[in-house]
Amino acid sequence: MADNSYDAIVVGSGISGGWAAKELTEKGLKVLMLERGPNVVHKTDYKTATLAPWEIPHRGRRTTEMMENHPNLRRDYVLNELNLDWWAHESESPYIEKKPFTWFRGYQVGGRSLLWGRQSYRLGDLDFEANLKEGIAVDWPIRYNDVAPWYSYVEKFAGISGNKDGLAQLPDGEFQPPMPLNCVEKDVAERVKSAFDGKRLVTIGRVANLTQPLDGRTQCQYRNKCSLGCPFGGYFSTQASTMPAAVKTGNLTLRPWSIVTKLIYDKDTKKATGVEIIDGETNQTYEFNAKVIFLCASAFNSTSILMRSATDIWPEGLGSSSGELGHNVMDHHFRLGANGTAEGYEDKYYFGRRPNGVYIPRFRNIGDDKRDYVRGFGYQGAASRSGWSRNVAEMNFGAPMKEALTEPGPWNMGITAFGEILPYHENTIKLSKDQKDKWGISILEMNAEIKENEKKMRVDMMNDAAEMLEAAGLKNVKTFDSGYTFGQGIHEMGTARMGRDPKTSVLNGNNQVWDAMNVFVTDGACMTSAAAQNPSLTYMALTARAADFAVNELKKGNL
Amino acid sequence: MNRRDALKSVILMMGGTMVGANVILTGCAPEDQIVGLEFSLKDIAFLDEIGEAIIPTTDTPGAKAIGIGEFIVMMVKDTYNAEQQTAFVDGLNFIRKDFKSSKGSDFIKATLEERTAYLNELKAKATADAEDKNAGVIKMLQDLTVLGYFTSEVGATQELRYIEVPGKYEPCIDYKPGDKAYAL
Repeated sequence: MADNSYDAIVVGSGISGGWAAKELTEKGLKVLMLERGPNVVHKTDYKTATLAPWEIPHRGRRTTEMMENHPNLRRDYVLNELNLDWWAHESESPYIEKKPFTWFRGYQVGGRSLLWGRQSYRLGDLDFEANLKEGIAVDWPIRYNDVAPWYSYVEKFAGISGNKDGLAQLPDGEFQPPMPLNCVEKDVAERVKSAFDGKRLVTIGRVANLTQPLDGRTQCQYRNKCSLGCPFGGYFSTQASTMPAAVKTGNLTLRPWSIVTKLIYDKDTKKATGVEIIDGETNQTYEFNAKVIFLCASAFNSTSILMRSATDIWPEGLGSSSGELGHNVMDHHFRLGANGTAEGYEDKYYFGRRPNGVYIPRFRNIGDDKRDYVRGFGYQGAASRSGWSRNVAEMNFGAPMKEALTEPGPWNMGITAFGEILPYHENTIKLSKDQKDKWGISILEMNAEIKENEKKMRVDMMNDAAEMLEAAGLKNVKTFDSGYTFGQGIHEMGTARMGRDPKTSVLNGNNQVWDAMNVFVTDGACMTSAAAQNPSLTYMALTARAADFAVNELKKGNL
Repeated sequence: MNRRDALKSVILMMGGTMVGANVILTGCAPEDQIVGLEFSLKDIAFLDEIGEAIIPTTDTPGAKAIGIGEFIVMMVKDTYNAEQQTAFVDGLNFIRKDFKSSKGSDFIKATLEERTAYLNELKAKATADAEDKNAGVIKMLQDLTVLGYFTSEVGATQELRYIEVPGKYEPCIDYKPGDKAYAL
């Protein structure tokens, strides 16, 4: 094999890319995995993971220098001194907001699989059938039965802990034992269940943290520092899980600092023959060839690679013949809900820092419930006792305050809703005509907003939260709406959707680009609708499924 | 509703860590900081005593023993914007002057009880009137003292229970008054 030729190239090493590399190498392919940023080695490169509080320079608070240097990152919690360099810096990787857009990216090996919230839920047919039933966008070309075995497959390898709740709208998975609810959460769950006739369920989150050892990984140690990297491998990341499996095969070549500028397309064979990259450190360009290419660069980056490819044939890029490349941007809108205090639990506490909370699956627009909007939302939340940072207005300084703050404070519980955003054709990303990044690559313009359906949904998202907490007997229940900017969910999806017809979709039911059947897109770009569930588990399943298909096609000589 | 608390619950749920807050999650533009803002050793000693009045030595060391003055100065220089820095410096000057004029002696020469009583009065004023800019400095002093103390090695390991690796989660354990909270 020539130095720059492989059986397969995987672009991106995050949630999806890691899985593509694992599956393809395990099936015997020589795989080149490209990541645009630096390497992050499991354990050795987790520089802040074991710092004690007094070793953190500003105790987790933001410096004004950080705030000034990161006008985008500072919009949310991602700006913090502990893992600042794992979030792409906007000065290095700018983008244009035609309408406000928050785009938080992970440009290192592992991508956002190092940083993610780890909530892992299956989509069901309620989700896969919704576009067809409601006449919205295009039909998914797959149904739950197509993906179910792959959900099982990835759940078992990744290690997802959770409870089998028996709900049609949230299919159960292959779980390790669930983390437990604490006393307040348990009582709230029981009261909500009876107050709403069993129609609303408060259950433990399904989370990619191990509750049992798995394949040499230690189970979660309840430190709640996941996004700093886990020295125990307690949660799923490329580094902890899929990368070691790929490396073990001897078939993987990892090349960091490799920014894919475009696919190299052969219009006679109608296939991509490889990729062109620019090295992020040296600015040298290279070409690599492969029979099969997996685009797993995260939704907008996979799409922007397509947009820059085969432009001599299609000026707007490979896949643009559908008229949908760059369209149907989605995310989950959130940042609203309710909280309240729980009285009567002063003699109860908990030990350990559980990196997981409760989940309330979608109950709106299910069965007989019909709202003035379509689709729905779920909630994430938790109950906890407040700590020493609470304000004790009536408490005097001195020993009384010191002693009071030495003890845990009142119990509070809060829940935040995450809602589905519909695929709107006019929510788009485009390549800028004139603005480029430091590597000479055109940057993206984002033009997306939530619309009437989402705004109406937000009314319920907030009020239903208060209703449940009040029914559960919490006091001082207050709603909140902190405002949502598109992209803030960090679940950006769409722009290269799957469908049944090449005239209205970029990908077919096997995640193949209709116009280049050896190119697979299996990250968020492929999503035809967003559902309300956190999407990463679906990316894992679709990737494993597509990799299996791709290898079979290679064996049959179809690719 | 306290928006900060609401945001706090959002953050906890997203797995982020939050330790108090001054300017967070708002995305507001920080103004330039005061150029060349410096605090003297006297300032630091003054802040040590203020901190000690807020969190004194009991059966465990207090804020002064953990160097709260230096910590506060570092946080004001690095994490406060110009407006906050100005308010802080003005507030410290106010305390010096106001203590002297109302108590007849220097804060630094007064007893711990006298200092604590004065700061409590200031806190009551600030609670009663959120617009009181002079009294308002007490909120910054309380916030930074509590932050610095409970994240210090002494505060976290002696005053609280610091368990770096819990290893497990016990969801519902008995708690009796006087049991210390966990540090993180």
